Amino acid sequence: MSWKPTPQTEDKLTKLLGAYPDRKAACIPALFLAQDELGWVPDDAIAWVSEKLGMAKSMVEGVATFYTMFNMEKIGKHHLELCTNISCSLCGAEQVLEALEKELGIKAGETTPDGLFTLHEVECLATCGMGPAMQVHDRIFEGITLEKVPEIIKELKGEG
Amino acid sequence: MDSYLTRNFDRPDAKTLAGYEKLGGFRTARKALGMKPEDVVAQVKAANLRGRGGAGFPAGVKWGFLPDNGKPRYLVVNADEGEPGTFKDRQLMERDPYQLLEGILITCHAIKAKVAYIYVRGELVHAARFLEECIEEMRFKHYLGKRCMGMPMELDVFVHRGAGAYICGEETALLNSLEGKRGEPRLKPPFPAVEGAFADPTIVNNVESIANIPHILEHGGEWFAKLGVEGDGGTRIFGVSGHVRKPGLYERPVGYNLRTLLFEDCGGIRGGNQLKAVIPGGSSTPVLLPSEIDIPLSIEGLQGAGSMVGSAAIIVMDETVCTVRAMWRLSRFYHHESCGQCTPCRDGCGWIEKIMERIEFGKGVPEDLETLEKTAHGLSGTTICPLADACAMPTLGFLGKFRKEFEEHIEKKECPYGNAFVPPWEVD
Repeated sequence: MSWKPTPQTEDKLTKLLGAYPDRKAACIPALFLAQDELGWVPDDAIAWVSEKLGMAKSMVEGVATFYTMFNMEKIGKHHLELCTNISCSLCGAEQVLEALEKELGIKAGETTPDGLFTLHEVECLATCGMGPAMQVHDRIFEGITLEKVPEIIKELKGEG
Repeated sequence: MDSYLTRNFDRPDAKTLAGYEKLGGFRTARKALGMKPEDVVAQVKAANLRGRGGAGFPAGVKWGFLPDNGKPRYLVVNADEGEPGTFKDRQLMERDPYQLLEGILITCHAIKAKVAYIYVRGELVHAARFLEECIEEMRFKHYLGKRCMGMPMELDVFVHRGAGAYICGEETALLNSLEGKRGEPRLKPPFPAVEGAFADPTIVNNVESIANIPHILEHGGEWFAKLGVEGDGGTRIFGVSGHVRKPGLYERPVGYNLRTLLFEDCGGIRGGNQLKAVIPGGSSTPVLLPSEIDIPLSIEGLQGAGSMVGSAAIIVMDETVCTVRAMWRLSRFYHHESCGQCTPCRDGCGWIEKIMERIEFGKGVPEDLETLEKTAHGLSGTTICPLADACAMPTLGFLGKFRKEFEEHIEKKECPYGNAFVPPWEVD
């Protein structure tokens, strides 16, 4: 195993285990801890979770691949997740998607060559009254218009 | 008093423990923790509180299913809000978290649970973090711990985040996910009340259901029951999205008129347009025509109209909407979210998506409509969980009520609406 989690991550996992009568229940939170550090879930992360929780690697991988929030491949620095489900689409999400694709020069599902942005269409983000909505890690943008698209990209670029 | 659940939504002071207490918070918990658990359950039964997640099962009755076998018991709060159109639970957690936590305290006393989990949808990062901070504050002040609020009651609460699977809103899939497994629904029986989290007796309730509990205990079950209609008490937080002038959350008594909500409270349809269709209870519920909306928003009221009140998420579509495109969007969602355990759902949702896509993009053939119907019927009631039904119901609803539009797409070999929804900036 070439990747080793930071001591802080190890501590967080130890603390998490106290919440459950069975350590395997910490599988999802543990995968999140690894992804928070690495940006995605490589084999090393699977191996770490498997060792810590006493689960077979195949079981951990089965869990990781079931849930869409775990990135099984490396993604860009900023992960743009635009909701194109019904309420957001009724309010312009399809046009916003086109504008984002044009602005970034990529299609949904792709990453920009500089590795800065990955764009994904996602399902309902539970903010349907304020659509179109887009999640970028722990930030949420609501009521996105075509004019706001370049502003949002510029703002994220400014953050490096 | 028509609204109580959302009363603190615009009060930032309610977001701290001290502020929430100043507004009268935890007074009811103190009272309820001194009551016999069975008396608390009796009040909730008398309230006719129907589950707010979608299925509408009477909460008090559910609590009564717990066996007395000495095993540990769990409360699991279902905060995996994911039904398209639904956005109330996020707000309940972010804008009045202590109301939910007070509800958890009272509920755990009533059902004698020492541990509660709040299963928060993975995407709701803020809600999850905020709840964790609030729980930490409650531990520090001994509102949680070995002696909650100085009473002989032990309780700890943990936030468990999901990771982006709609199916985990189904209670047995949620329990598998809580146990660190793939979110695949379980065969029932055993029901969670008998064998739930970690194979122990478990009650799974929606966020809004639990947030109602302090108010039921404060004013009494009878008061709550009277707010709504027979057998369906209280208020509901209706989430209105789509083409109304003022989308948003509206807390109204159960039984409130759907037309009044849309045309008075929400300001009517955008740009003075005509109403075309309303999905009344989240994306899984059959669509209604404008002529069908003069109905009470209650479980029975929507049943009478051939639909469901579901999660009270109302999606409004004006005359510019291509209903084929709307259904194609929804079928994509159900196909993506099918967990893959049951063949009818895994394959059927995919077939429906493929057929909807080809009709929308001018490649449909006349036989497609029959195939859609057959496939949808083949999905209904043939799987472990209701996700397949949730795909079949809107399919049959849209096809039944807008068949002409489906036929037009096939005859003309193109979408008469130009393969697009009209965005708001092209209307007002």
